[in-house]
Amino acid sequence: MSTLEIKDLHVSIETEQGTKEILKGVSLTIRTGETHAIMGPNGSGKSTLASTIAGHPRYNVTSGTITLDGEDVLEMSVDERARAGVFLAMQYPVEVPGVTMTNFLRTAKTAIDGEAPALRTWTKDVKAAMQQLRIDADFAQRNVNEGFSGGEKKRVEILQLELFKPKFAILDETDSGLDVDALKVVSEGVNRAHEEGNMGTLLITHYTRILRYIKPEFVHVFVDGKVVEEGGPELADRLEEEGYDRYAPGAGVAVAPAVQA
Amino acid sequence: MTDITTEKARIGAPSAQPFINGFTEEGENLSPVNTGTNTSTTSEQPSAGPLAGASAKSHSHGGGVGIPDSSRAGRLTSYKVADFKPLNGLEEDWRFTPLKRLRGLHTEVLNGAAPVVNVTAPSGVVVETVGRDDKRIGQAAIPEDLVSANAWENFSEATVVTVPAELQAESEVSVLINGAGEAPSAQHIVIVAERFSKAVVVLDHQGSAVVSENVEIIVEDGAELTVVSLQEWADNAVHASSQQAKIGRDAKFKHIVVSLGGDLVRVTPSTRFTAPGADVEMFGLYFADAGQHLEQRLFVDHAVANCKSRVLYKGALQGRNAHSVWVGDVLIRKEAEGTDTYEANRNLVLTDGARADSVPNLEIETGLIEGAGHASATGRFDDEHLFYLMARGIPEKVARRLVVRGFLNEIIQQIKVPAIEDRLTAAVERELAATDN
Repeated sequence: MSTLEIKDLHVSIETEQGTKEILKGVSLTIRTGETHAIMGPNGSGKSTLASTIAGHPRYNVTSGTITLDGEDVLEMSVDERARAGVFLAMQYPVEVPGVTMTNFLRTAKTAIDGEAPALRTWTKDVKAAMQQLRIDADFAQRNVNEGFSGGEKKRVEILQLELFKPKFAILDETDSGLDVDALKVVSEGVNRAHEEGNMGTLLITHYTRILRYIKPEFVHVFVDGKVVEEGGPELADRLEEEGYDRYAPGAGVAVAPAVQA
Repeated sequence: MTDITTEKARIGAPSAQPFINGFTEEGENLSPVNTGTNTSTTSEQPSAGPLAGASAKSHSHGGGVGIPDSSRAGRLTSYKVADFKPLNGLEEDWRFTPLKRLRGLHTEVLNGAAPVVNVTAPSGVVVETVGRDDKRIGQAAIPEDLVSANAWENFSEATVVTVPAELQAESEVSVLINGAGEAPSAQHIVIVAERFSKAVVVLDHQGSAVVSENVEIIVEDGAELTVVSLQEWADNAVHASSQQAKIGRDAKFKHIVVSLGGDLVRVTPSTRFTAPGADVEMFGLYFADAGQHLEQRLFVDHAVANCKSRVLYKGALQGRNAHSVWVGDVLIRKEAEGTDTYEANRNLVLTDGARADSVPNLEIETGLIEGAGHASATGRFDDEHLFYLMARGIPEKVARRLVVRGFLNEIIQQIKVPAIEDRLTAAVERELAATDN
């Protein structure tokens, strides 16, 4: 049982117009076995939260804490966070020249586990996972994400999620740009990883569509860098019907800073 | 609610600054150190040597400053320095080269001590040291530029490696070429693969030298020859190397250039098909560090029908003012029907401040060919690549190595001499370690 705890997180970035605060005090606790959905309109800071947890250098944490089982995540380098069990499925996975998927997966697995995986079972695991995600076998010999379509890149992210078995998976708009079939395949992958029972999931999404396939226990609504409303799955249903309009300034909803239990 | 358009890290988006110093939209400009030098002219006519033939008949360098020859076939060739105009750096084939760093190879008499040659050869392979008048000299090559002609005029003795007819050499022929000082010098090497022989010859350049070198390669009918030219010079070395191969009927020739060391290294390999049915592969690997100039200009002359050529050069660059140049000239002459050719250059820029010039030139004078293609791509290893790999638990150093090793390994594995492959893999690791910071 692990806990990823975010407390009063403030994050800013440098822009041409100067420093801009994007997260304005976010608190969130995720435990193993839980699935949390973070929903919100564009520009509300959802992806910033994801990238900040993973340690992207563009984001400066000005105050607040992130801890994993009490360990200070903010003190860790990007690779240390991954080895500690944090996995970010990226919104825009980059193409990495010169590195085959096979080589990349094995190197990452070795780094995360601290030892090389047993070759025979590893090859079998990779093959099976690829098959389940409907990824062509010849992708193994291609360079990481090179020439992959948007949907293929997302499947490859989930492939890694299944193979690396992180403690916490952060899915940054994994559903965007996917057609229904691909969305199902990807969701099944996440659910498989979840069913093993050792993972907490932070599902970041703009749309409610993916929530038909991945069922969150907790839903947090993000607006302007803050959590403005929290609830169970019923909140997602409501968003599906009403959209985010009621959170717009002056829309009359009492926007109280959320307090995490 | 405020719209924050710049919120997301734009993964894959180009950075605001040009990442290669001096890089223009056209992707090329003149080496700045060459501008401002005087242009001078000579009116002497080139003299025809044994190989001069049609290519030397017309002196086509009359196009004026900066204008390329209309055809690669028209380039002036001559054994005599006097036939070439003094260089000013604006010539098509010198425009990327910082002449001031040639340390006299284009202006001085090359009478310094030539690098010392030590050959280790398997049984059956004949190694000789011969004088200038040996009849094998000038059989495969004629200088295509002034620096090469300067070496031709000044070399005192040549090393001739002969793989006798039908001999299958049991191991590689190792030609160790060790720099003997920094006075400008001239070197001459001849490699002859006689009919139906098979061998691998490694030219292993090491130490400190300022040297212009001519390598003549004859691949006779049905022979199968691999020549690997390794430039693992010391940091201050300057090396110009013209490596010209004459390819016989149904011969197979593989040429691999590996440039890692030296201040300025300029390798100009050319292969000329003289009879049908031959197959040529030309590979290159270079790794330019801060301040290093590594240049490769190759020429494949499809002068006869039904020959095949494949060219792949890959380079990595890191550090300020690391500069690589790749120019690939492929000419398919009118008579070269049935030609099948493809050339490609790939560069990987690892840090800011490095610059890769890449110019593929394909001239096609007949439509009756199997295929002809060229490709060039220069990619960048940037913070987003690094973030992606590190976010999967891979430490920074390992990530960098993973990318570069994977990229360059495609060339290294073409060598097929395990000891050399291991050595180059280690050398690439050292290059990477050199700028860990």
